[in-house]
Amino acid sequence: MSANLSAIFYLISGVLFILALRGLSSPETSRQGNFFGILGMTIAITVTFLSVGSFSSGLIYVLIFLLIGGLIGAFIAYKIPMTAMPELVAGFHSLVGLSAVLVAISAFLNPEAFNLGSPGSIKLASLIEMSIGAAVGAITFSGSIIAFLKLQGIMSGSPISFRGQHLFNALLLVSIVVLTYLLCSTQSSNFFWILLTVSFLIGFLLIIPIGGADMPVVISMLNSYSGWAAAGIGFTLENSALIITGALVGSSGAILSYIMCKGMNRSFFNVILGGFGAVEQSTSSGEKEYRPVKSGNAEDAAFLMKNASSVIIVPGYGMAVAQAQHALREMVDTLKKNDIKVTYAIHPVAGRMPGHMNVLLAEANVPYDEVFELEEINNDFANADVAFVIGANDVTNPSAKSDPQSPIYGMPVLDVEKCKSVLFVKRSLSPGYAGIDNDLFYKENTLMLFADAKKMTEEITKNL
Amino acid sequence: MEIDPFIFRLSIFILSIFIGYYVVWSVTPSLHTPLMSVTNAISSVIIVGAIIAGLAGNSNSDFTISNFLGFLAISLAAVNIFGGFLVTQRMLQMYKKKKKDK
Repeated sequence: MSANLSAIFYLISGVLFILALRGLSSPETSRQGNFFGILGMTIAITVTFLSVGSFSSGLIYVLIFLLIGGLIGAFIAYKIPMTAMPELVAGFHSLVGLSAVLVAISAFLNPEAFNLGSPGSIKLASLIEMSIGAAVGAITFSGSIIAFLKLQGIMSGSPISFRGQHLFNALLLVSIVVLTYLLCSTQSSNFFWILLTVSFLIGFLLIIPIGGADMPVVISMLNSYSGWAAAGIGFTLENSALIITGALVGSSGAILSYIMCKGMNRSFFNVILGGFGAVEQSTSSGEKEYRPVKSGNAEDAAFLMKNASSVIIVPGYGMAVAQAQHALREMVDTLKKNDIKVTYAIHPVAGRMPGHMNVLLAEANVPYDEVFELEEINNDFANADVAFVIGANDVTNPSAKSDPQSPIYGMPVLDVEKCKSVLFVKRSLSPGYAGIDNDLFYKENTLMLFADAKKMTEEITKNL
Repeated sequence: MEIDPFIFRLSIFILSIFIGYYVVWSVTPSLHTPLMSVTNAISSVIIVGAIIAGLAGNSNSDFTISNFLGFLAISLAAVNIFGGFLVTQRMLQMYKKKKKDK
């Protein structure tokens, strides 16, 4: 296949990838979008095989490795529980990062195969592109591994920081530029290896100071990085499908990070510099006072809801941890049988990744037209009878609106306190991630339900 | 003076960023998780580089390190491609509207 013809096919697959993302603008078109994505990928892979042309003994190995990877991927995709999506996505990001690194190394060792010159005299532009792709890929890889370990609970979710951390990271970033320069001027492979090592280290150091609840930002950010890494390699390989895809994924991740940061009213740099939870906890615990709360049991909750005409459910990460989404749907079904209007309110940063709650509710067969975003539903709280908060905390804290001293002041929150009564399912009175007390616990119209989210929901259903 | 082909690739890159920007803003927030998994899958189109590396210049049967790295990258990217698209498919199948008979 001629180079021009294959370039046209790569362009077609790039366009199909754009359509794949476009399809996600509504759930009806999304499945078709995913099909476009698969089609684009199939075209890209087929064209690559045809353009290499000379089918040698390497081919059989290429196919074997393709098959092995594919089988593992398919197995994971069918087995993974929906609550583990954040871990899965973090793990997948690390694979994109690592394959970018491997392709870059391979191109560096054998530039003839990629038309980039010969070892020791690689074209300058290619060398720069290769370094960028490899460095960003390495950062994506090690950063995603840390994010994965934190989400999986293997590594503590609390921020790890040390003195001079920011200065050290900044120095490492500067050294990447210096190393790229040295690599380009000397063509020495030593600088290439050092560059890779430093990049791996940066990814690691960048993510360890970031706490568990900031994971939505981290995952989106790594999503973005994996795109830029692909684009860097795309420039090296002069492949438009890779360049288009890299740019799409890069901007997609960046937008998601922005949305997540806005949902927390924090700047991107504030999140990246990390250490948020640790600092706030020490200040707030000093002035802690005992305040009475009203606590109730499942019967009380069932009574309140039975007499309501509209209920708004506010799910959070705790629902995912307790795997309570199916029990919740059953409770809602019973409520609906009693002609009670039920809707769901989702805060942008609820859960551990963008859209996490929506997927869990969809898994539990909740129709997506009953699920609303913050801006869509916030005015409805004033007219609702009961707000059922399950596993969420900081995103309902009214002090974000009223108390300028609060660390989350200015963060958009759900106006849960405007409901006639609030049911709050929580295991204990402990503060949420931000380490601050929630005034909502002590409001007169709040009833605390201290229990595991799933058990409590099941109990309530029995009492309805 | 002739324009360096790099400039054309850069143009594709910049314009694609803009396309990405507008397309992603139109994605409904409830589909942000599938968005991440599908972007994950499509960024594994990096497999084309891995295939080139794997098939590179071996008319005889000895493989270079470069080939092996290519093989490894192929299987990593394949995990992502199959895993990413299939898990997206699985998620999207769960998004259903209210039943009409109600």
